[in-house]
Amino acid sequence: MTAPSRVRPARVAGGVGDSTLRPDGIPKLEGSFEYAQDLWQEGALWGATTRSPHAHARIVAVDVSPALSIGGVHAVLTADDVPGSPTFGLEHSDQPVLASDVINYWGEPVALVAAEDRDTARRAAAAVKVRYEILEPLTDPGEADTRDEAFRRIRIRRGDQEASGPVVVEGYYETAMQDQAPLGTEAGLAVPDGQGGVDLFATSQFLHVDHEQVVASLGLSADQVRAHPTGIGGAFGSREDVNLHIHLCMLALRTGQPVKMVYDRSESFTGHVHRHPARMWYRHEANRDGTLARVEARILLDGGAYASTTPAVLANASYFAVGPYKCDSVAVDGVGTRTNNPPCGAMRGFGAVQVCFAYETQMDRLADALSMDPIELRRKNALTTGDHFATTGQIIETPLPTVEVLESLAAMPLPADSESDLLPGGSGLTTEARHVMRGIGYAIGIKNLGFSEGFDDYSQARVRLAGSGAVVETAAIEVGQGLVTVLAQIARTALGISDVTVEHVDTSRIDSAGSTSASRQTQVSGGAVLKAATTLRDRILHHHDGDDLTDQGVLRNGDVIVTMGELVADDWQETATFRHPPTTAPDEYGQGKLHADFAVAGHRAVVDVDPELGLVRVIRVDTAQDVGKALNPEAVLGQIEGGIMQGVGLAVMEELVVEEGIIRNPNFTDYLLPTILDAPDVEALLIEEDGSWGPFGAKGVGEPPTISSTAAVAAAIRAATGKAIERVPVRPQDIAL
Amino acid sequence: MHFHHPTTLADATQAVAEGATPLAGGTDLMVEVNFRHRRPEHVVGLRKVEELGAWEGNRIGAGVTWRRLEHGGPQALAEAARTVGSPQIRNAGTIGGNVVTASPAGDGLPFLVAVDAKVEVMSAEGGRLVPWDVFFVGVKKTTLAADELVTAIHLPESLPERQAFGKVGVRSAMVIATVGCVVTRTDDGKTTVGLGSVGPTPLRASRAEEMISSVTRPTESDLAEFQKMVSDEARPITDHRSTEEYRRHAVGVLARRLLERCLR
Amino acid sequence: MEVSMTVNGRAVSADVEPRTLLVHFLRENLRLTGTHVGCETGYCGACTVHVDGKAVKSCTMLAVQAEGADVKTIESLASNGNLHPVQEGFWERHGLQCGFCTPGMIMASVALLDENNNPSEDEIRHGIEGNLCRCTGYHNIVRAVEYAGAKMRGEEPPPPDWEGGE
Repeated sequence: MTAPSRVRPARVAGGVGDSTLRPDGIPKLEGSFEYAQDLWQEGALWGATTRSPHAHARIVAVDVSPALSIGGVHAVLTADDVPGSPTFGLEHSDQPVLASDVINYWGEPVALVAAEDRDTARRAAAAVKVRYEILEPLTDPGEADTRDEAFRRIRIRRGDQEASGPVVVEGYYETAMQDQAPLGTEAGLAVPDGQGGVDLFATSQFLHVDHEQVVASLGLSADQVRAHPTGIGGAFGSREDVNLHIHLCMLALRTGQPVKMVYDRSESFTGHVHRHPARMWYRHEANRDGTLARVEARILLDGGAYASTTPAVLANASYFAVGPYKCDSVAVDGVGTRTNNPPCGAMRGFGAVQVCFAYETQMDRLADALSMDPIELRRKNALTTGDHFATTGQIIETPLPTVEVLESLAAMPLPADSESDLLPGGSGLTTEARHVMRGIGYAIGIKNLGFSEGFDDYSQARVRLAGSGAVVETAAIEVGQGLVTVLAQIARTALGISDVTVEHVDTSRIDSAGSTSASRQTQVSGGAVLKAATTLRDRILHHHDGDDLTDQGVLRNGDVIVTMGELVADDWQETATFRHPPTTAPDEYGQGKLHADFAVAGHRAVVDVDPELGLVRVIRVDTAQDVGKALNPEAVLGQIEGGIMQGVGLAVMEELVVEEGIIRNPNFTDYLLPTILDAPDVEALLIEEDGSWGPFGAKGVGEPPTISSTAAVAAAIRAATGKAIERVPVRPQDIAL
Repeated sequence: MHFHHPTTLADATQAVAEGATPLAGGTDLMVEVNFRHRRPEHVVGLRKVEELGAWEGNRIGAGVTWRRLEHGGPQALAEAARTVGSPQIRNAGTIGGNVVTASPAGDGLPFLVAVDAKVEVMSAEGGRLVPWDVFFVGVKKTTLAADELVTAIHLPESLPERQAFGKVGVRSAMVIATVGCVVTRTDDGKTTVGLGSVGPTPLRASRAEEMISSVTRPTESDLAEFQKMVSDEARPITDHRSTEEYRRHAVGVLARRLLERCLR
Repeated sequence: MEVSMTVNGRAVSADVEPRTLLVHFLRENLRLTGTHVGCETGYCGACTVHVDGKAVKSCTMLAVQAEGADVKTIESLASNGNLHPVQEGFWERHGLQCGFCTPGMIMASVALLDENNNPSEDEIRHGIEGNLCRCTGYHNIVRAVEYAGAKMRGEEPPPPDWEGGE
């Protein structure tokens, strides 16, 4: 939708299109910004969690007395102490708040402790004596599939199932388990209100759904719990699920004191879900001219022990299994397995990342088999507005500049052959220029924006006049992405007022804004802000019969007739709820209008590889991305550069190594995040077009940078080495041996 | 927990004799403590013991930081120092800590092994010099007695003219070595090869050394033979960081490249 | 155990459990929460502070080890409402998103520029290789440090990329 205001506001400083600086920037630079880790109240206790050292076991007995006997310990709670629903979950309430009977994954919480200081709390948590009968863990997702241990199966059949083409490529691909690894771990503070209720301040991406699950497990009424926004050190999907939220509230209510909890890094690795590891079988059949005749895919995502968002991630992997390409004969079978591996769920890209690696590798192989330029092959099959989506049959109604993305990307200048100061191996001095092969690889990807499959996806926002301008109220979570900047920009432009601030408010003061995920907040919460601000402006102008609203107040024929001070005194405000175009649930063949909007992005990676040692340095990743309209170009670039870095991480180093259900590298010593020496140069082209339903035509921009950047790097390594590269991350041994 | 902060070596060794765990840069010990793998009740901080920071000629005090080694150490040790952690870690971490921790992946160890360094240890009773191959006995295991403190590293009087260090890691910085290696060569051809992360302790590739030391101008086939011999002498394992096969392969490649650097 | 040190120019003493990490002492005893904890292993750099003029990771150091030391944290940089040039660089060049790594990143950058106020891009990258950022992809952080270096040399900072810089 676009602003319906009859009198379009004049351009406002700090409005949409400006690279406005972050309003939270100064406190973050000065160290005064308050993160969840920093919260404190006098008399607060420290919480800690006792976790299972086994991936699968039966709890025979829990003895809390050794913990309780430690001086300074105020409470030790077990599953018996959960007052309400014993389980929680984002889509299915299947995960125990505390394990009571069976342990299903390594690190599953068994008991909680509140004590007078952190060290005592941790010692007490370790002192809880749990007797386990160890059970054989189910850790092979293939075996789980065979045993029908599945959270969801998706079967997509579209078009003539007998169709075939003369040129066939088949492949099997794997992607490893990636971690979001936000720099701030899980943290929070719960404060009892003295009347049986509690205020929760904890890391989150979705306040209202945290609230719902906390209320259910505490057995309280909704108004007795208030979930508050707090400062968040990154998220990337890791904060969609509840982890310490219910625990904190239980401890606070039991002890009658505020309780603080901060996960350390190793606990964080067990305390949140991860990106699903994937196994993917593909068969592409093409005509001699390169057009896709048939695509078949079988996709297995391991969901681990509990459901989390596995059903929705699997849906994405399945629906985006063909990529941004046309094809009228498609068969996709997807399964999200249940095992005793760590639970997996949301991470930036949400299922679209894994399949992109597979289908783009297939497209390169197909180009090879056809002796066709890989860009040309992609262009020939590019999906665009008006086409049927290959898997779901949905007709694309919003702008989808796939061809433009491809062509812009291919036209971007390449770096000179010598252009790199840093060699593979970095400071390890393993590699000289003569050992290096350079490779270039392309990939493009597609993902939905907003929630899908008939989910009622909405956000509420309030705009009120206050101080010397306006305040936007929202429960939408700022995790660092810059929503706090862009919501103010939208309100400024829509109102015509430059003094706008954003206030993140708790669950008792406003309805849901939905989750900070699915690249949706700019579009959906931004839509709500636009709607509220536009309506408010119209109401004010109508009421005062004015013809413009500015920082001075209401104007008529250029004169101020009501000052801003007077308007503020009248307490003008408007609350609006925005819903994106409705979607439908899939039919039995996975068909339907399942998605509200899409974005495409493409990446071209340039890598230097030392093939003999298998070491890789990603020199640069250029990108063209479909952004609809860049509301804050520099913030969009920030999302692109950061998202690419995470894609590069998955391509060459990030992997949670899980053996027999146990994470072997739950720390930053061995879970390798790219350093500044691993960061590629990035040139980005923002492809803008009109017609998306986001405010001013904006599309979500957070996830597209991660979708095909991994695949592009893998393709570049393939080009440099001639190796098949069927798994990411690409390990040195995959190249050198 | 008891904490001592002595300023003299005598007080430090006395504290160690009384059972205190020595703490210098904290790079290894504090991680163990933070992850609750260790909970020492008695710690002696060594930061203020100036004697430990002394570095005179071939005697490098145990408290000498990586930062100092990076900017003033023998070439291959300086190159190794450059790869230890990050600037902050190099400001705090010490060569003595690397030796005491005795991780097979200790970045400084291939050099010490390659030049036949000795470890100076001291107790309240007195001191001794321990050859590296007597000192390191297993993964994070040494022959340091409970009441002894590592006080210095002794390098030989003269160091090989040519030295090269290399370390294979998946990341460009701040990474534990998948394979580490130092090759040294004197002008008359005597070559040594110190290896890290390919055995329970740092190793020497003695047979490869012997072979290549006897060749004045190694040919392509000598280099290939050298590479293969180093690979054969390595004793790597598979763990969450890498595989036995890759380490065996990479250590040969790396040693050969470092030898080539020395020959240039 | 009694510990005394100078923190941000102020003499402080406290009775601490010797097990207390320097970072926890700063954050909890002194309520200087700008120094963050990201990994407890010395890898992420979010806890970077200066001890006696050198950047160190305060999560792998005990508070009692800093006895008598001069400690500087992120809170010491801005003075009289004026940002330090490095802070200004991170602000002007969009060098932060979630901001959790930012104080450590800034303290590492200050240490780098204190030694060399005209670093090459390569030197900048090596100088802050010990600080992980998960949001930005580092691009703007390099630009932020370049900006700060220019400011500290009394030069005009290079224009931002989006105004035809790179």
